[in-house]
Amino acid sequence: MLQRILTEAPEFFSTYNMLFLLEAAGRTLGMTLIGCSIGFALGLVLAAVRGSSSRPLAPFRTLSIIYVETFRRIPFLVILFIVLYAIQPVFPDASLTLIATVAICLLSTAYLSEIIRAGLESVPQQQLESAAVLNFGPLRTLFSVVLPQAWRVILPPAVAFAVMFIKDTALASHMGVVELTFAGKIFVERGFSPALGFGAILVLYFALSWPLSRLGVHLEKRLAAARNP
Amino acid sequence: MPQLEIRDLHCSYGAEPVLRGVSLAIERGEIVSLIGPSGSGKSTLLRALIGLNAPSSGEVLLDGQRIDYRDRASLRSLRERLSIVFQQYNLFQNMTVLRNVMIAPVSIQKRPRGEVETSAMALLEKVGMAAKRDAYPDELSGGQQQRVAIARALALQPQILLLDEVTSALDPERVKEVLDTIRALARDGITMLIVSHEMAFVREVSNRVVMMDQGKVIEIGEPQQIFTAPRESRTRDFVGKILKH
Repeated sequence: MLQRILTEAPEFFSTYNMLFLLEAAGRTLGMTLIGCSIGFALGLVLAAVRGSSSRPLAPFRTLSIIYVETFRRIPFLVILFIVLYAIQPVFPDASLTLIATVAICLLSTAYLSEIIRAGLESVPQQQLESAAVLNFGPLRTLFSVVLPQAWRVILPPAVAFAVMFIKDTALASHMGVVELTFAGKIFVERGFSPALGFGAILVLYFALSWPLSRLGVHLEKRLAAARNP
Repeated sequence: MPQLEIRDLHCSYGAEPVLRGVSLAIERGEIVSLIGPSGSGKSTLLRALIGLNAPSSGEVLLDGQRIDYRDRASLRSLRERLSIVFQQYNLFQNMTVLRNVMIAPVSIQKRPRGEVETSAMALLEKVGMAAKRDAYPDELSGGQQQRVAIARALALQPQILLLDEVTSALDPERVKEVLDTIRALARDGITMLIVSHEMAFVREVSNRVVMMDQGKVIEIGEPQQIFTAPRESRTRDFVGKILKH
């Protein structure tokens, strides 16, 4: 096998192939980052709505619960195809990457919302009472008091989720999105040894997720230090 | 006209009635203490006054104006005039001492930052916490946190200060520093409604003492009278037990 890898290597590591691989890696990373960012923003909205006790928001609270509980129970692959078949008739020109990204956002919103909710709920009720008697509005309470104290609870599982998602985007290859896993399949189909093709993919997945994990550890340490210098 | 008037206030936690018709009038500059056994509704009364437990019936009048606890604007204006200090201090854990004191005057009351900082530092000076302006709450002792909490409540320039068992969570040696702080405020003439188990302190600092039991006011009188010649047997029992140990 080693012999085969060595003979194929010069052809495999051509500029064209490397650019192709980088583009696929970029697509994996891009879909993950966009998915997790939008998912975080929308997840925060859902978590805040769910945690609020405001009466006018009551119907939205129910919707938020239904959304989160539904999307957390559907396999990602199924969401991908639902989004594909829902979008394509309406926007025939929508790219597969865009469709996959929308599906990722839908799923990450549900998961991150639960992670954020656990964080918001970790902040003691007394902190909210303090804010209330000081006349803080709901948004100021959320952003000045609750979120800053919730970060330490939110961050570790949120980073773990993002790292997991880097790998889960592989499912988008089933739909034909040229991300890392799809790139690996293409190399094998073009006759390269699977060890070489998927070996390169493996290295790239690691290169994408390891720094993210490190960033998470770093942020956790910094947050811990910021509150207790 | 009393500054704060409470008329037949009722309040319940779920089905459990906690306040069962409390009436009380407080004059400007008066220091009134609420005493009574645990569960008598003292803390609930303070929490109801500032709108943390909405009263189920009854009226609260501030400067003759009826407070509508269901109306945001009314609640807002109430909380601009009333401040509360909690038993567990409840300082914002993510903010320094100075920011805890400054945030509401700057962000909510929209007063100029420079002016607020000057008055916040003066308040911290007064409670003896100016040196800790950049510390975070979890670096402070309970007594220190409570003094900061008092400064934070005063920074809003309230007309009435509610003190809810502010020394109950403190080590005995920390109690004195907080009580000294309140004594100093008492001399400044701010109206105070105090829930406390520190009977010697209540007796020394209050103009009037209110004895509560089972969600009702049993007796109101000057400290001297309440502690030495209570009219009601329930007060006599309570005061007798407290002063014996």
